[in-house]
This record gives sequence, structure tokens and C-alpha cells, in this order.
Amino acid sequence: MEAKTLFDKVWDAHVVKKVEGGPSVLYIDRHLIHEVTSPVAFLGLKNRGLKVARPGQTTATPDHNVPTTNQHLSIVDELSRNQVDKLKTNCDEHGITFHGLGTEGHGVVHIIGPEQGLTQPGMTIVCGDSHTSTHGAFGAVAFGIGTSEVEMAFASQCIMQPKPKRMRITVDGELKPGVMAKDIVLYIISKISTSGGTGHFIEFTGSAIQSLSMEGRMTVCNMSIESGARGGLIAPDETTFEYVKGRKYAPKGEDWDKALAYWKTLKTDDNALFDTEYTFDAADIEPMITYGTNPGMGIKISENIPTSDGLKGNDKKSFQKSLEYMGFKEGEPILGKPVDYVFLGSCTNGRIEDFRTFAKYIKGKKKADNVVAWLVPGSAAVEKQIREEGLVEIMEEAGFELRQPGCSACLAMNPDKVPAGKYSVSTTNRNFEGRQGPKARTLLSSPLVAAACAVSGVVSMP
Amino acid sequence: MPIDKFIKLESAAVPLPIENVDTDQIIPARFLKAVERKGFGDNLFRDWRYLEGDEPNPEFVMNNPEYSGSILVAGKNFGSGSSREHAAWAIYDAGFSVVVSSFFADIFKGNALNNGLLPVQVTPEYLEEVFETIEKDNKAKFTVDLENQTFTNNTTGSSFEFEINPYKKTCLLNGYDDIDYLVNMKDEIEAFEQNR
Ligand code: SF4
Repeated sequence: MEAKTLFDKVWDAHVVKKVEGGPSVLYIDRHLIHEVTSPVAFLGLKNRGLKVARPGQTTATPDHNVPTTNQHLSIVDELSRNQVDKLKTNCDEHGITFHGLGTEGHGVVHIIGPEQGLTQPGMTIVCGDSHTSTHGAFGAVAFGIGTSEVEMAFASQCIMQPKPKRMRITVDGELKPGVMAKDIVLYIISKISTSGGTGHFIEFTGSAIQSLSMEGRMTVCNMSIESGARGGLIAPDETTFEYVKGRKYAPKGEDWDKALAYWKTLKTDDNALFDTEYTFDAADIEPMITYGTNPGMGIKISENIPTSDGLKGNDKKSFQKSLEYMGFKEGEPILGKPVDYVFLGSCTNGRIEDFRTFAKYIKGKKKADNVVAWLVPGSAAVEKQIREEGLVEIMEEAGFELRQPGCSACLAMNPDKVPAGKYSVSTTNRNFEGRQGPKARTLLSSPLVAAACAVSGVVSMP
Repeated sequence: MPIDKFIKLESAAVPLPIENVDTDQIIPARFLKAVERKGFGDNLFRDWRYLEGDEPNPEFVMNNPEYSGSILVAGKNFGSGSSREHAAWAIYDAGFSVVVSSFFADIFKGNALNNGLLPVQVTPEYLEEVFETIEKDNKAKFTVDLENQTFTNNTTGSSFEFEINPYKKTCLLNGYDDIDYLVNMKDEIEAFEQNR
């Protein structure tokens, strides 16, 4: 038998048909939807006189637009309220499970999938959101799709996709203390750039990856898309099975045994070929931060901002434009730069482990007076656990408050916007111009670095 | 939504020589709150195109009457970032039917093709040449011929053969979309489900 990669195994098992000279018709196990990218797809379906083909394989949650305070009240912004309401009516009409605000299943779409056991090894999972790659942490083929494809998934439970190329990124060795999954992925993107992964699906492997918890693995796969890749995945192992077991939608009893036997086959064969390979040494990775306006512009916190020496033409112009936007100078240290806002949350770092890390660091310390901090759990379940573990008391004692779940300042569609010109150290995934509010300046980091910055009020080492 | 056919186009081009134009620049998240596909073109490149107080920014190319046409020419790595199809809608609704760059982000490329917006990927050198031609003459015309997969610089006569997936090409030439195709596969999909 031909040696196959993990990605090939999962992908090939879902191809209904390969169109001659074209894409594959790919069967979708799970379709996750939210309020922003689904309404036009529902409308398209209606115009064709169609219904959602497999409502039982579709799950909805409103996350992008929702406020993170007073969620029991009606949403103030009319357009946001309308989108959230529309999602609910569409779900009711088509018989789709909807996790509304204030319910125990609510949260950011990529956080609730794994939490509820909807995300399982070997599945194909899509969502009208690029960070669907998060679910790859379970050994699933999961990727973001556009609204036309959301409509395809509704209409047929399939989408048409050309098969991406395969990339393997190996990170071997032991991580230094204070280095989190977020640092690994920021480091990787700083090396391969925001277009390095284009056209590929990445398998992350190596001892440093295997040593990560499911939370950490999700952070890595979440940001695989920022390298331009279609998605990322990690072979399932005992850590994965342990996490999935017992969750609401996880297989039970005999089904579990059967599923487990299959999941154990989900690994890359020894001789399988990859189109592109990279290897990194975990010992080279340190706490990271970004200084520019794309996620590839990351450095070790201890380093100086690079200079444009050696860059030419448009590359040079783009680099300079980026630094100008950020208000930074070439070659200067990033340590000690002022911080106005700190955001802990999002589908990148809004899970329980992230809040534990943050709380552990700030315990017994005080929030800097110049910093506005938004601590936003990724889901209602995360929020509940934060409360149960007594982390809220630690936060409050240090001068922080916990908000309610949602995407929040990750893309600032809700009221949590960073004002123009202000610096925000954020545990999210994108530092694009205006991402956290018009003219806002974002520095991406791990929850640990964010905690250090929140306490010191400047960019600092944890 | 069924797409418009695309066969051949001759037009002037609008230059945007910026690299890594991400989807948050193409259409910022705060304009994604509509529940219908309407009005996205007005907010294309919103934060570059308008100054505070919604005044058009005279420095931005789309506000310069010297430039027109339905071809957008942009720097490398165009459309990176989110999966929002609103980015493709905004470009299309603003009157563009072709985007030329030396590199496109994957999801953007797929979204564009699903909406009748043709992404033409050329080499960095060819892209430079196109920018130069427009710089010399902002009315310079270009011809995009999908049938023959060529992008031609009418001024210099130099032609570039671009790639496109044959299936997607057929869809564009005929105005077909994938949903019709998939809905017609109902039986095959059911059979697949039975046999897993
Ligand atoms: S948290 Fe941010 S990246 Fe994740 S789904 Fe929400 S907006 Fe997208």
C-alpha cells in the first residue's frame, strides 16, 4: 500500500468524487456556523428553494458581534442585534442546534466545538471562518470557507475543494520555561512568513508539539492559517483521546471503542512524502511578540525591531509603512514600549489553560494603572471553570475583571474597540491595520507575556 | 448566487502597489453586519479610501478620476487574512471583475472565483511591468481573455499566460456555480454516506 500522510488519510476518506481536471467533492462531517458569514448563505438557499440537507451535522453560535458585558440585555447595536437574531430564526427554520447568548453551550465557535466533543479525530470540519484550522489539533481536516461554500455545505453537506499540498513542520526538543504554544507558532510564522504555507495543509509534529496539551495544540493549529496555509493538524494521541472522552457529543460505549481503534490509525506512515518540510529546534524559541502589521512580523521580546537594510522596492516600502503605522523605529528595542490595552481571549488563547497561566502570573501583583485590560473567556464553559477554580478572585484582587464570552476585541465588531493610536498587547491572531479598531496598534503575544505587560504597563519579559 | 459569465475584457486598470493587502483592509470587520449581499462596494478599502468624517481621501487611487477600469492591480500576497467572502463581494460590487497580483491568498482566490471575480496571477517581473505601464499612462488598456488564458498589455503588446483550474474556467465562462453541481449529486452523496 502507498504510504500516506495523516492529512491524506483523512482527506481521501471524505472524497465523494474527484471532478475531472477540477476540485474534489469533499464530504463534511461537521459544519459550524456563526452570525456573520451565514445569513447570505441562508438567503441563497431560500432563493433556490432548498433546505439545509443535514441540520443534525450543523451547529450554530453567535460570537463575532456579541457584547462582553450585560449579555442578558438586548444587544444595543441594531445591526449586530439583527445579525444575531437572524441566525436564531434561520436555525429555527432549518432545525439547527443554536447556542444562544447566556446559555451553557455558548462561546466562540472554535472553542465550543472541541468542548462539546463535536470535534473528533479523522473528521472533516468546516466553518465560514478562517480559524476553523483550530480543530486540526485533534487530527481533523478542518478549514475555513467562504459564504458560497457555506451555502454548498448547507445544500449538500459537501463542498468542492482542490486538494492542498502537504507540509510538515517538526519542532523537536524541550521548550524553555515561559515559552508557550503561542510562542512556537509566532516563531514559526516569523520564519516561514505569512505566505510560506500557501497552498498547503501543515502537519505539526515533533517532541515539542507532542508535549503540548490540547489547549496548546489548538493554539498552534489556530494560527497555522496565518502562514497562508489552508489549515494545520496534529496526529491524535493519548492526550487527544483523553480530552475527547466523555464529552457531550463524543462517541460512547461500543461506538467509542470502534472510534478509538480507527483514530489510532490516524498517523503519517513512515515513508509518506511531503511537498515541503521544515524543522525547528525548540531550544531556539523564546517568548515572542509582534512589532508590525502582519503576524509574520514577530521577534523574541529580547530582540530589537529589525531594520529595512537589505530590503528593496515594495518590500522595503511595505516594511516602512508598517512601522510607521505602529509608531516604531527601525532597530530600536521593543522592551519597555508603552502598553495601553491588554486583551486576553479569542479562539487562539481564550481557553482555561490560558486563564490559568494569566492568573498564576498576576497573583499577588497589581494591574498597571495605565492599562485597560479585557479578559474575555472563549466560552460560557471556560467562564464557569474560571469561577470554579477561584481565578476570578485572583484577578479581582489584582485589579482585573472578567467579562463574558465572545470574539470581542479580536476583530472589534462589538463595542470592545481599541482607540486610534493606542497600543494593545493581545493574545489574538491578527495584528492587521485596524483589526482591533480603526488605527489601533496590536502586538500579538502569549497569555503569559500579556500578563507581564498588564502588570508592568510596558512591553516586558514574563 | 449564480455568477455572471466572464469571457473577455478590455479595460484600463487601477493600480494599488501595496503588498500584503489583507481582508481587513479590503473590507473592515465593522462593515460585515449586513444580512444581505448589498452595499459592500461602497466600503471597499474603507479606511484607506475615506478620511475621518467620511470624506474621500484625495490621495487614494480610487478617488483619483484619472484612474478607472474594471481591473485592479495589486502587490503580492493579496487577500490574506480572514475567510470573509465580503472581500470578494466588495471588490466585485465596486466594479472590478479582474484582480491582478503576483500572489493571492488561497481562501480569497476561491472566494473570488465563486463570485465571478477573476484572479490573475502573474510573475513579480510582469507585475512590475504592468505597474510601470500604468504609471506612464493611466489610461493604458489591458486585455483579459479567459478562453485563451491570456492577460495582454495593449501598450507593450506583451502577453502573459495565466493559470486557472479547468473546472473553474468552465464555470466562469458559462456562469455556472458549484451549488447546482452539488445539488445534482444528491444520490451519489447519499450513497457515499451509506457506504462509510
Ligand atoms: S475569536 Fe477572533 S479569530 Fe476567533 S473566530 Fe472570533 S473573530 Fe475569528
